[in-house]
Amino acid sequence: MQSLDKTQTRLEGGVSMKTAMPWIVSAVMLVLMPFIFQSNSAITIMNQMAITIVFALSYNMLLGQGGMLSFGHAVYMGVGGFVCVHVMNWDIFGSIPLPLLPLLGGIFGMILASLVGYFSTRKAGTVFAMISLGVGELIAACSVIIVVFFGGEEGVSGDRTYGMPFFGVEFLSQIEVYYLTAGWLLISALLMYLFSRTPIGRMANAVRDNPERAEFLGYSSRWVRYNSFVAAGFFAGIAGGLFAINYEILTEENLNLTTSGSILLVTFLGGVGVFFGPVVGAIVFTLLQTVLSLETEIWSLYVGALFVATVMFFPSGLAGVMQMHIVPIKLGKWRLLVMPYIVTLVPAIVCILGLSGLIEVLFHARHAAIGETEMTLFWVTFQHTEIWPWVVFALMAALGFWLARKNAPQLMEAWHKANTPDGADT
Amino acid sequence: MDLILVNLIDGLVTGLLLFMLSAGLTLIFSMMGVLNFAHASFYMLGAYFAYQISTYLGFWMGLLIAPPLVGIVGAAVERYGLRRVHQYGHVPELIFTFGLALLIEELVKFIWGNDQIPYQIPEILEGAAFSISSYDIPAYKVFMIFLSLGIFAGLLFVMTRTRVGMIIQAALSYPRTVEALGHNVPLVFMGVFGVGTALAGVAGVIAGPVLSTFPGMAFVLGSIVFVTIVIGGLGSLGGALVAALIIGWLTTFAKAYNIRMEDILTSLGFTKPEPVWDSAWADLWTLTSPQIADILPYLLMILILVFRPYGLFGKRDV
Repeated sequence: MQSLDKTQTRLEGGVSMKTAMPWIVSAVMLVLMPFIFQSNSAITIMNQMAITIVFALSYNMLLGQGGMLSFGHAVYMGVGGFVCVHVMNWDIFGSIPLPLLPLLGGIFGMILASLVGYFSTRKAGTVFAMISLGVGELIAACSVIIVVFFGGEEGVSGDRTYGMPFFGVEFLSQIEVYYLTAGWLLISALLMYLFSRTPIGRMANAVRDNPERAEFLGYSSRWVRYNSFVAAGFFAGIAGGLFAINYEILTEENLNLTTSGSILLVTFLGGVGVFFGPVVGAIVFTLLQTVLSLETEIWSLYVGALFVATVMFFPSGLAGVMQMHIVPIKLGKWRLLVMPYIVTLVPAIVCILGLSGLIEVLFHARHAAIGETEMTLFWVTFQHTEIWPWVVFALMAALGFWLARKNAPQLMEAWHKANTPDGADT
Repeated sequence: MDLILVNLIDGLVTGLLLFMLSAGLTLIFSMMGVLNFAHASFYMLGAYFAYQISTYLGFWMGLLIAPPLVGIVGAAVERYGLRRVHQYGHVPELIFTFGLALLIEELVKFIWGNDQIPYQIPEILEGAAFSISSYDIPAYKVFMIFLSLGIFAGLLFVMTRTRVGMIIQAALSYPRTVEALGHNVPLVFMGVFGVGTALAGVAGVIAGPVLSTFPGMAFVLGSIVFVTIVIGGLGSLGGALVAALIIGWLTTFAKAYNIRMEDILTSLGFTKPEPVWDSAWADLWTLTSPQIADILPYLLMILILVFRPYGLFGKRDV
C-alpha cells in the first residue's frame, strides 16, 4: 500500500515549469495563429482543425487510454451538436451567452454515453466495437425517422448570432468564432489531460493492458471503462457544440459511420499511445484533406493507402515516430541519422511521387471526359495520350524504389548505432 | 396466404445471401479471432471482377473465375497484411481490416468509377420460373437459392467428411497441437481466409446484378453482415444461418406489410392529435414498418447483446 501511495504522490507531484510549458506555448500559439495566417480560408481551416482536435482527443480517451475501439463515436458529437442547434432556435437562446453553449452539448453527449455505456462497456475489444457500430448505425438510421429532432434529410440549422452578446461580442465573424473554439479547445484538452492523470484515468490504462489484474486489485473493469466512456461522450458533445456554433447546421452526415471512421483514422494516424498524438493527427489530416482535395480528385485513395500503411508499419502513429527520436537526441547522436535519412527518404519520396504520378495519369486516361486529354501535374501540362509522362513517372518510381531499398540497410545500421549509448556497443 | 409464400421466398433469398457472407466471416473469426471488417469489400470485388469478366466471356465464366480470383486476393491480404499486423494484437487487426475496407472502396472507385455499372443477369435466367397465383417468382431468385444451397452442401461435406476439413476443425480448437503433428497451420489459416473471401466473392457475383453493383455496395451490406454473426453468436456456423434467415425474413416482412404506428396507437386507445405534423409526437404517429425495416437488425442485435451477450448459439466469450 505504501508503494502505491508513493507513486501517486509522484504522479500528482504538483505543477512544475516543465509540465506547464507545453500548455503555455500552445495557448500563446493559439492566440497568435490568426495574426500569422490572416486569410479567411485559413481561419476556417483552423476552426475545423480545432474541432477535430477536441473530437480526436475525446476519441483517444477510449481507444488509446481505455483500449476501446469505437465505430460509433460520431453519434455523441452529433447528438451534442443537434441539441445545441435546437437551443439556437429557441427563444431562450437570447438569454444564454454563446460561449456556454458547447457545455450543453457536452452534457447531452454525456447523458447519451451514460445510457449506451451501461450495456456497451461490459467488455472491451471486439464486443465493444460491434456494439458501438450497431448503436452508431441505429442512431444514424433514426435520423431520417425521428424528423422532429434530427430534421430528416436536410438536417437542422440555426443562427449563432441570436445569442446573448458576450461582453459585446456577437460572434458575427469567423475570427470571433475562432477564439471561442480555441478557448474551448484549450480548456477541454487540459481537462482531458488532467483526467488521464487522475487515479481513474490511470486505472483506465491498467484495465486496457490487463483487465484481469485490475479486477484482482479490486477495481471493476466495467466501471472503469464506463467512466472513461462517459467522459469521452462529454468531450465529444463539446466538439459537437463547437461544430454547431461554427457551421450552424447539423445533418445525418454528423452521425454516420463515415464520420466515426474518419475520426478513428485521424486518431490512429496521429498515434494512440501518446496524449498529443491525436492533436498531430488532426492537424496533419485537416491539412492533407484541404491541400490534397484541391490538387486531386482521388485524395481519399491516398489517405486510405496512408492509413493502411500506418497500421502495418507504424502502429504507434506519427507521434510515436516522433517519440522514437527522443533517445538519439538525448544521447546526442542524432547527427548520425541525418545522412542516412537523406539518402533513404529522398528516393522514397521520389518513388511515391512517381507512383502517384502514374496513378493520376491512369485515372485521367480512364475517367476524363472523352476528347479531354490535357492534364496538369506537378506544374507541368501534358497530354495523357503521349508516352513520355508514363515513362518518366515509371522511371521515377523504379529508380526511387531501387535507391531507397539499397540505402535502407545503411539507415537501419545508423539507427541502431544512434540508439546505443557509448560504451555499450563495444 | 400467397403473399406470405412470396415473401417467404424473398426473405429466403436475402437470408441465404447474408449467410454466404457471414459463413466466411464467422469461419475466419473462429479461426483467427479477428473480425474481418473488409469482408463485404471482397463481396464487392466479386461483383466487379465478375462484371469485368462477363464483358469478355459472359456471365457463366464470370461466376466460375471471379470467386477464385477474390480468394487469391484474400489469401494475399492474409499473407502479407494481416499476418504482419497480428503481432500488435486484435484491435490493430480490426483497424487494419477497417482501413482495408476504405482502401478497397477507393480502389474500386478508381478503376470502375463512382457510378453504378451495368452488370446484368444472363438472358437465360430472365423472366419468371413459376408463379404463385398472380405473383411471378423470377428464375434468377430460384437460381440464387439453389446455388447457395449447393455451396453449403459442398462446404458441409468438406468440413465434416474430408481430411482437409478435419485438419481445419482441429486447427480451430488446438492450433498448437495440429502444428506439432506436422501440419502447416499458417497455410491452413491462409487457405481458410482465401476460401472465406471467395465465398463472399460468390455472393457478390450472384447478388451484383439484382442488388446493383456500385462502390457503396460493400458499405450497405457490410454492417448487416456483422450484425448477423453477432446475433448468431460469433464463431457459430449454425447460428449464422439462423440469424441470417431471421434477418432476411424480418426485413422482408416489415417491408411487405405496411404496419402503421397510427393503427396500433389508435387500437390502444390513444387519440390522434390534429393536425399531426404540429404535434411533438408526429414522428411516432407517422411511423410505418417499411420505414424501420432497415434498422430492425440493429435493434435486434442490441437486444441480443444486452440480454444474451454470447449471441443465439455462441458458446464462447468473445
